[in-house]
Amino acid sequence: MDLLNALVALTNFVLVPGLAYGSQLALGALGVTLIYGILRFSNFAHGDTMAFGAMVTILITWAFQAAGIGFGPLPTALLALPFGILGAIALVLLTDRTVYRFYREQKAKPVIFVMVSLGVMFMMNGIVRFIIGPGDQRFADGERFIIKARTFKQMTGLNEGLAIKTTQGITVITATIVVAVLFWFLNKTRTGKSMRAYSDNEDLALLSGINPERVVMYTWMIVAALATIAGVLYGLDKSFKPFTYFQLLLPIFASAIVGGLGNPIGAIAGGFIIAFSEVTITYAWKKVLTYGLPDSLAPDGLVQLLSTDYKFAVSFAILIVVLLFKPTGLFKGKAV
Amino acid sequence: MTETMKHTLLFAFVGVMILLEGMTDFLFFSGSWNSALVILNMGLISAIMAIGVNIQWGFAGLFNVGIMGFTALGGLAVVLVSTPVIPAAWSSGGVSIVMALVMGALTVVSAVMITKFLPAGKLRMLVLSAVMIVGFIVYRAIFDPAVGSVEAINPALQGNIGGLGLPVLLAWPAGGLLAAGAAWLIGKTALGLRSDYLAIATLGIAEIIIAVLKNEDWLSRGVKNVVGLPRPLPYEVDLQADPSFVERAASWGIDPVTASTVYVKAGYALMFTVVLLALLWMAQMALKSPWGRMMRAIRDNEVAAEAMGKDVTRRHLQIFVLGSAICGIAGAMMTTLDSQMTPGTYNPLRFTFLIWVMVIVGGSGNNFGAVLGGMLIWFFWIKVEPMGILLMELVTAGMAEGSALKAHLLESASHMRLFTMGLILLLVLRFSPRGLIPEK
Repeated sequence: MDLLNALVALTNFVLVPGLAYGSQLALGALGVTLIYGILRFSNFAHGDTMAFGAMVTILITWAFQAAGIGFGPLPTALLALPFGILGAIALVLLTDRTVYRFYREQKAKPVIFVMVSLGVMFMMNGIVRFIIGPGDQRFADGERFIIKARTFKQMTGLNEGLAIKTTQGITVITATIVVAVLFWFLNKTRTGKSMRAYSDNEDLALLSGINPERVVMYTWMIVAALATIAGVLYGLDKSFKPFTYFQLLLPIFASAIVGGLGNPIGAIAGGFIIAFSEVTITYAWKKVLTYGLPDSLAPDGLVQLLSTDYKFAVSFAILIVVLLFKPTGLFKGKAV
Repeated sequence: MTETMKHTLLFAFVGVMILLEGMTDFLFFSGSWNSALVILNMGLISAIMAIGVNIQWGFAGLFNVGIMGFTALGGLAVVLVSTPVIPAAWSSGGVSIVMALVMGALTVVSAVMITKFLPAGKLRMLVLSAVMIVGFIVYRAIFDPAVGSVEAINPALQGNIGGLGLPVLLAWPAGGLLAAGAAWLIGKTALGLRSDYLAIATLGIAEIIIAVLKNEDWLSRGVKNVVGLPRPLPYEVDLQADPSFVERAASWGIDPVTASTVYVKAGYALMFTVVLLALLWMAQMALKSPWGRMMRAIRDNEVAAEAMGKDVTRRHLQIFVLGSAICGIAGAMMTTLDSQMTPGTYNPLRFTFLIWVMVIVGGSGNNFGAVLGGMLIWFFWIKVEPMGILLMELVTAGMAEGSALKAHLLESASHMRLFTMGLILLLVLRFSPRGLIPEK
């Protein structure tokens, strides 16, 4: 019985949040990795692209809510999501046309691209703050829980409850669908194949008649969609605040690098590695250990390896270890 | 018009702007000498940071986005060097904290040794994890109780291990050393890999340094802030109480309150100028020396430089440490100027990316350009807000009074800053990538 309680506590506090957070990071890291693979630079504006897409979605959600349009037990934001994606696509295509294309034609060094993306980040951040303000925004509605802790306790008779938020369920399901569609697209469609070819060997791809501008355009559109979905899911699960999205850059980059920059499967694996390390290292294990161990061994303290304020330090430490021992990442990325 | 003429005019423009700030309250100027000196002082500090970044980017092409962290370490140095010694903290737990940190460092060093000297395999994994786990447990066992007892001492005012009680000016080089140490660690891991990796690693280290300063109350009192740091200059109230000072102020026809505040700020401006000139001179000398030429050669063609027998990674590490040290010195100077350490106020947009805008606009690779960029962009950073409000008032002038859109636009004008800085950065990178004072 105690062991069951320990398992439930572990699921409730580590597995479920880790799974949801990992899905969000994986979607973010996929965007970073695609840009890296095809445009060949680390996009510092990615966090703020997420914020922008999420912001458009929030504004549309509010409009729907005001008009009385709902989505039953699901959050209205899911209905507004396509509009958010369209908004983000419009923005990134505009920035590509006005900013990045010039440097592409010049064949500028990657570090110049990174710097330019910094400027883009500034401007996007400014736009988001200008429109929606720097504060916290909540926009989740509908049913709050799939399983409530109390219902679970009554159902099973255990001491520990298991609560699964609707947003966590939606996050995992949406992420799975999105990743499946993305891989189908990359592997089966003509455009997807040309994207992979361009990423593998630019010269050969050009030689075989692939139009680079088209590849770049599709990449930006996919990245905008991924960023918006990641941003909205994160905002639903936690809350929307422009500065948090900027801070997400570090775990997202860490995920992409740990998996191997430019490698989509690596980005997904990296996202879950980073998320679960963050959650397990900052979780206070006292409860689980008290259930799991015999009474004589039960711990006195919280058994928390690091306080939650250091969750960035966790992703950073993993990043450093990977850079030291396997700079190409676990799944052989392109970068050295 | 010759090059020199143009550059002198640019510097003169900044000077005139600051003078106007003091003299007139036309448009966005405030007409207060105090505010003009505040802008000048932070402008000087920004110029020093810009020199540090310019050494890294302009000389060597290293992309450092962790300036905020090095600045904050400079601030920490002020706390550790200049605040009075707290004997109780040292007797209760200070020694144990130092011991715990040494233990932690030893653990890491021995882990590195193990990976270096044992052959890869199961044995290495086992030994490595055993050392890491035991080291961590011992570290926490010494560290946690010590921190508890230090933080229990007079928590309203102290609750940290205090400082060394040395003169505050010593904290400036100390801040440089602290930043240099952090830069060495980060450079050792991230340099020699792709250029993007240094950017991401520095971004991370900066966030972590800030997190440590915010959360380790025993070190920097965390978000409770350290206030009332010692100053190298007299306090305004003391000056106002000093009859000879009051007399002198009266002889110039200024009231003693204004005179004392302006006197202190001008004093800081003088000290900062001395440091700026010294660093500028050193940076110029370095740039012109064989070492500087080697650096630029490496920047322009790493492969060729390597073929000539230059150790590119080591040279990069060297210059990365030097540039970060300069940022650390500037950070210590800034904390001295504020005479308080507030870890909550460090913000990457203000302390990292703004400095980048300064370097790019001023002219990367040229030290004078960095100084000009630092002063000019700082002036605009301060003034974009009043300018934005003026602009918004102009735009909304025709709108109906009390409309929601008008209120929103006026209220959001303060967020114009980020947008404007991003726009300036992009425009300069696109149309004048060599900056206002280009590299020779």
